[in-house]
Amino acid sequence: MTGLGVWLGRGFLTLLFLFFYLPIASVIFYSFNASALASEWTGFSLHWYAKLLDDHELLDACRISLVLAMATACSSVLVGAWIGYVLATYRRFVGSGLFSAMVNAPLVLPEVISGISLLLLFVSLEQSLGWPQGRGMATMWIGHTMLCISYVAITVQARLASMDRSLTEAARDLGAAPLRVFFDITLPLIAPSLFAGWVLSFTISLDDVIMSAFLSGPDTTTLPLVLLSRMRLGLNPEINAVGTLIIAVVSTGVVGNSWYLMHRERAQARLLAQAAQARSPRAAQIPVSA
Amino acid sequence: MNIPHIPPMKSSKLGEDGFLQVLDVSKQFGKVTVVDKVSLSIRRQEFFALLGSSGCGKSTLLRIMAGLETPTSGRIVLDGQDITDIPAHRRPVNMMFQSYALFPHMDVASNVGYGLRREGVAKAQIRERVDEALALVQMGGYAASMPAQLSGGQQQRVALARSLVKRPKLLLLDEPMSALDKKIRQQTQFELGSILQKVGVTCLMVTHDQEEAMTMADRLAVMSEGVIVQMGTPEHVYEAPNTRFSAEFIGSTNVFTGMLASDGGDVLDCHELVRPLQLPHALVHARKGQSVTVSVRPERIRLSWPQGADSRDDSQVFNTAEGVVEQIGYMGSYTLYYLRLPSGRVLMAHVPREVLAGFGREPDYGDTVALHWSVRSLVVVG
Amino acid sequence: MTGPTPSTWRFPGLPGGRTWAIAIPFVFLLVFFMLPFLLVLKISFAQSAMHVPPYTALLQYQDQQLSFLLSLESYITIFSDDIYFSAYASSVKVAFFTTLVCLVVGYPAAWLIASARPGLRELLLMGVVLPFWTSYLVRIYAWVGILKDQGLANRLLLWSGVTDTPVQLMHNTTGLYMGMVYSYLPYMVLPLYAFLVKMDRSLPEAARDLGAQPWEVFFTVTLPLSLPGITAGCLLVFIPSVGEYVIPELLGSASDLMIGRVMWSDFFNSIAWPLAAAATGVMVALLLVPMVWFQRVQSRTGAVA
Repeated sequence: MTGLGVWLGRGFLTLLFLFFYLPIASVIFYSFNASALASEWTGFSLHWYAKLLDDHELLDACRISLVLAMATACSSVLVGAWIGYVLATYRRFVGSGLFSAMVNAPLVLPEVISGISLLLLFVSLEQSLGWPQGRGMATMWIGHTMLCISYVAITVQARLASMDRSLTEAARDLGAAPLRVFFDITLPLIAPSLFAGWVLSFTISLDDVIMSAFLSGPDTTTLPLVLLSRMRLGLNPEINAVGTLIIAVVSTGVVGNSWYLMHRERAQARLLAQAAQARSPRAAQIPVSA
Repeated sequence: MNIPHIPPMKSSKLGEDGFLQVLDVSKQFGKVTVVDKVSLSIRRQEFFALLGSSGCGKSTLLRIMAGLETPTSGRIVLDGQDITDIPAHRRPVNMMFQSYALFPHMDVASNVGYGLRREGVAKAQIRERVDEALALVQMGGYAASMPAQLSGGQQQRVALARSLVKRPKLLLLDEPMSALDKKIRQQTQFELGSILQKVGVTCLMVTHDQEEAMTMADRLAVMSEGVIVQMGTPEHVYEAPNTRFSAEFIGSTNVFTGMLASDGGDVLDCHELVRPLQLPHALVHARKGQSVTVSVRPERIRLSWPQGADSRDDSQVFNTAEGVVEQIGYMGSYTLYYLRLPSGRVLMAHVPREVLAGFGREPDYGDTVALHWSVRSLVVVG
Repeated sequence: MTGPTPSTWRFPGLPGGRTWAIAIPFVFLLVFFMLPFLLVLKISFAQSAMHVPPYTALLQYQDQQLSFLLSLESYITIFSDDIYFSAYASSVKVAFFTTLVCLVVGYPAAWLIASARPGLRELLLMGVVLPFWTSYLVRIYAWVGILKDQGLANRLLLWSGVTDTPVQLMHNTTGLYMGMVYSYLPYMVLPLYAFLVKMDRSLPEAARDLGAQPWEVFFTVTLPLSLPGITAGCLLVFIPSVGEYVIPELLGSASDLMIGRVMWSDFFNSIAWPLAAAATGVMVALLLVPMVWFQRVQSRTGAVA
């Protein structure tokens, strides 16, 4: 690439990142604004954070969202991993086309469609079976899970597809029954993608607006729903405070995770280099202590 | 040191009825027949090699033995027991995989002991047997290492230890040397061979490297397109190939096709050669004009300086030719010559070091040399 | 010697382990994915009613008469009422242009990031993905703060003297597109990046070796090879954009009516469930072709994200 090209490229990326982070910066900035009006900066203040502690509606919604997100993450990983395993292991079976379509569709399907259809399902079920009684945690849990399993499934499928097939065969050859093979070999090797899927599902659930709107009940309002109704009504500076807290937590998590991964990679690289050195011909000349 | 081994058989009875019997095994994937009614019989403690190029069905056959594939038809009997319907994890058969397939999340000791844990062997015993197996492959100090820290050769040894520690009745080897550098291969072949002999286990190896098969196997079978083309000791298959395919697959060879000069005769007229070929024995049942294919190994072709015009009648001189040296390859123990005959055909000849030394001037590019081969060196392959 | 031992897991009459492994998630998906769609279809043929649930049953038994009633009134409303047609049309239009802008901005971004050296690459990608993990609502709300009349953007414009009066940047098409592109750009960049990074480096090098100029290399080698990534990215942006609700609601104008808002209002405000169901059905029919296309891209190339 030419010199000019390199600078153009850098300029473009910088502008892009500015575009991405401008709203985030603005949220953080104004959360410390003493004035209620975002247009005026009157001074540094932690006023809004303090108000959060008294805001029971928000705190309740926060608790509900966290509980729901944890439950969703666990169930999504369970179901999603199972689906991913089926997709990767059994290539063709009766209805595999339909199965695969049902897994891929939620990735792109507009959420309003998923929301309306699940709500109608629950209403019909209530009518004919008596369950669920009204909308609430249970219905939201199922709805959120349905949103997330596709992501987990394709992550797990990709991981399994790239895994050396002979590993499971070797386990079978050595005497492990099929279920054993899954727990001893397959599961440990897909553990990283399971973790990634868990975190992704947690985030999606925590952040979800539309599905929650359709499937929530009178006492089960999630954080995004509270935020949405307040946004519609107008200005509410506490939102900036909530936003900043979320940004802080997420950033710590993401950066921490990357740092941990890099650290582990470097440690492994060091181990491998040591092992390679021990094998090198030069090392053979060094007397080995008994 | 306690070496795991199967009690040696009385040498007089190497099991004529076969320790491992493959009976008419076929495997089809959809419409494609990958293994076509293959039968073979392997003796106890024998090292048997399946040789063939990729796609010939040898790997599928091996996987059928391991229980990783089920045959479409046919049976497999091991030590008198029909194991065809027994799933992989219950068979007394173990396999050493081409990629070694060491479990990356377990250390070497756990890898080697995995099969024993599945058997339910007591912990103390597992420890003992794992140490034993690692010592056998000279990886004794690596019990706590992770597979990623080992070199290719070291991983191979661990894979071998893992497949031997359960004392299987049959050991399967899937292209064991394919991942190694050429230099290390020879040494490893020797070491592997001696370990297996020490242990005394029956082995079935699959490979596309004919040198490997010739070196390591007691007997081998050449496979092509799902069928066994020829089976026998390495010497037998090399010296007496039964088809053009076998002749060309193992080692290199010169193949001629000619027409029989007379009914039931032993003289072949080949248009690529000026003078006719004389076969080692008459083809009693063949008719005049019938097409016959023969093979001559390059090391059986002798070079000499041309004598000048032959006073004898050309029709009485057999198994000779004249050619121009087109390519020379110095191979160390012998020199490879590519010679172009007047007909345009190119022949290969291997001339050993000592023989060349007696030439005075060694044949160089563009020289015309005389070629000669004995009657007995011709093998009829078709 | 003993006879052959019996095979695993097989009791006569019961299906083997593999069947259960596939059947259980299959049934799960059928119940929670397929069944709801069938119900949407069913209810779209019902009539609005004032009781709970707010629609009639298709099969009714009254006075010893079994009647099966298919009401087409919802579909007729959708196809005749102008609001629906313009909503669908503007949704497709907005989705299309959003996809276009995302592609034009996203491809160079993905390419630049993929071309960076390995350590920097992951860092840049993390930079793109990080906002995605923070609250979606809060970020859109931030745009409201930036784009409104007394917001950051206008203050900057006024201060720098570019304009005299506040420019309307919100509750109109500009605001809508800002929000849409902002939200969906990562969905374009990520699959593109995944494809570009996996591309065989030796191919453009071979082209250079054979005498192609850098821009020729791009158009004849890199671009065609990244086509599956482009397709995946475009579909990942286009299809969900059609049904977007939050962004048009907060940043768009009343005239940029998108079908997501119409459905929402039908459902929650007017409690016209059969109508909303019918609108859903039509939207699914509309999106069927792109979705099938996406499914084929997925199955051919494996996972995207």
